Amino acid sequence: MIDASLKQLSQALAAKQISSVELTQLFLDRIERLNPTLNAFVTVDPEISLKMAAAADARIAAGTAGALTGIPIAQKDIFCAEGWRTTCGSKMLANFVSPYDATVIHKMHAEAGLVSLGKTNMDEFAMGSSNETSFFGPVRNPWDTGRVPGGSSGGSAAAVAARLAPAATGTDTGGSIRQPAALCNLTGLKPTYGVVSRYGMIAFASSLDQGGPMAASAEDCALLLNTMAGFDERDSTSLDRPREDYARDLEKPLAGLKIGLPKEFFGEGCDAEVMAAVRAAIAEYEKLGATTVEVSLPNSHLSVPAYYVIAPAEASSNLSRFDGVRYGYRAPDYGNLDDMYMKTRAQGFGAEVKRRIMIGAYVLSHGYYDAYYLQAQRIRRLIANDFVEAFKQCDVIMGPTSPSTAFKLGEKAADPVQMYLSDIYTIAVNLAGLPGMSVPCGFAGGLPVGLQLIGNYFAEAQLLNVAHRYQQATDWHRRRPEGVA
Amino acid sequence: MSLTLEQVQRIAHLARIEISETEARTTQSHLNGIFQLIEQMQAVDTTGVEPMAHAQDLSQRLRDDVVTEEDRRAAYQAVAPETEAGLYLVPKVIE
Repeated sequence: MIDASLKQLSQALAAKQISSVELTQLFLDRIERLNPTLNAFVTVDPEISLKMAAAADARIAAGTAGALTGIPIAQKDIFCAEGWRTTCGSKMLANFVSPYDATVIHKMHAEAGLVSLGKTNMDEFAMGSSNETSFFGPVRNPWDTGRVPGGSSGGSAAAVAARLAPAATGTDTGGSIRQPAALCNLTGLKPTYGVVSRYGMIAFASSLDQGGPMAASAEDCALLLNTMAGFDERDSTSLDRPREDYARDLEKPLAGLKIGLPKEFFGEGCDAEVMAAVRAAIAEYEKLGATTVEVSLPNSHLSVPAYYVIAPAEASSNLSRFDGVRYGYRAPDYGNLDDMYMKTRAQGFGAEVKRRIMIGAYVLSHGYYDAYYLQAQRIRRLIANDFVEAFKQCDVIMGPTSPSTAFKLGEKAADPVQMYLSDIYTIAVNLAGLPGMSVPCGFAGGLPVGLQLIGNYFAEAQLLNVAHRYQQATDWHRRRPEGVA
Repeated sequence: MSLTLEQVQRIAHLARIEISETEARTTQSHLNGIFQLIEQMQAVDTTGVEPMAHAQDLSQRLRDDVVTEEDRRAAYQAVAPETEAGLYLVPKVIE
């Protein structure tokens, strides 16, 4: 049961081979045993989880269950969930119990009947690529507990990799689903911007943030996305589109698929063993009937610089709400109102969050707006246009997800710029608003390597098909870390 | 470009984050490293390029001007640091 796919779990629940309460307890026991080592969950509440599981069992008995009713999952602690402590990895929200549900939470639990196993650790306010900026301490990678799981959805990635949960949610602003998926041997999908509602998903950079699934396979991701996606009038950027079944094309043959290989993703800057695994995966795709064509994303080297203007600018605005007045932390001692703000924010935010707020405040300030913020937005356009051109020649784009495998805890923590460069292949996708995936494609030095798939706008079903067919032909995604059995 | 210590302190004030001089020095070195990375943008000629604020070029939806939310003031204020009689309490602003 621990390694079962969501489809298998669904069948076992429907056939009454196991109840949701039993299944939930099985994973709660694993969390209790393994979480002290991994620190993947920041909040677990067995009482609520088992109550949700009992309600799911009642739905199954009454014949009103959906495809995933009764299956336990882990929620990234960026999603507000009523009655659950929702911290976003920050001291600022360490005691915040959400009074409402994010749309994703409502859809997955109240509507689809999934059971929440708890809230997973993450980089503070999703700002980080290693999960080391969390107020609740770093998460350890189940493949090597001396290494990072990636970030910012590091807790979700470690939880699923160590099978503390069958699947999880993540969010991706610059690579935060795909990079930890790559570093922990998972399949992760960042949908097209606007497909998954951001209501109740604590905002980092609103024009880039997008929630998505993290799981053991593309098939699992497709089933999860079916429960997460959909128009939401409470999110002003949610796209009003007809409902889709994201699993509809999973089995489609890949004959004739045109894969674009951006020459900028296959040059210097990537670990040689990682590159070898990526190239082997592309060779496997050729065996499955795909052809490759070289494409170019000439402005992709500008994606990290542009991102570190745009994302902090949006963050400085979004995080101004944390002022110690309506919710969250307030400094214990202060003088006047301004002093209360200054001390609350100095004590409530960690170093990386403060850095990004300050970058944002600077690039938006008088006299610097044009040189930084507007210039970054113009470069964003150039980057998005590069993809438009590339997709004239191919159906999907492939390359590495991350330039290296999981790095050691502390290795990049002292140098923000080194940390930022670990998202060099993922950030352009967020700037353009495209869907992207990471799929396990081999190992380098015993550590997982991720293949990145980038699709055109709204090509989620196609990306999932492309990933699924590869997973039918390979077993990288079924490998499990030793030592966390 | 290189930020001075005074500029860092000014930015911290704009962001309403109290910062000691020691912290300001560390922050100064980190921010200067980050801005060195950001400066790569300045070499690019973007004349005539339309700034892209958003992934989807859509205009904001409008809805009818009717009440859609229920009154949940008690629940929302329950998570506030300090409230009284339905109001949020802050230090005195007007003497």
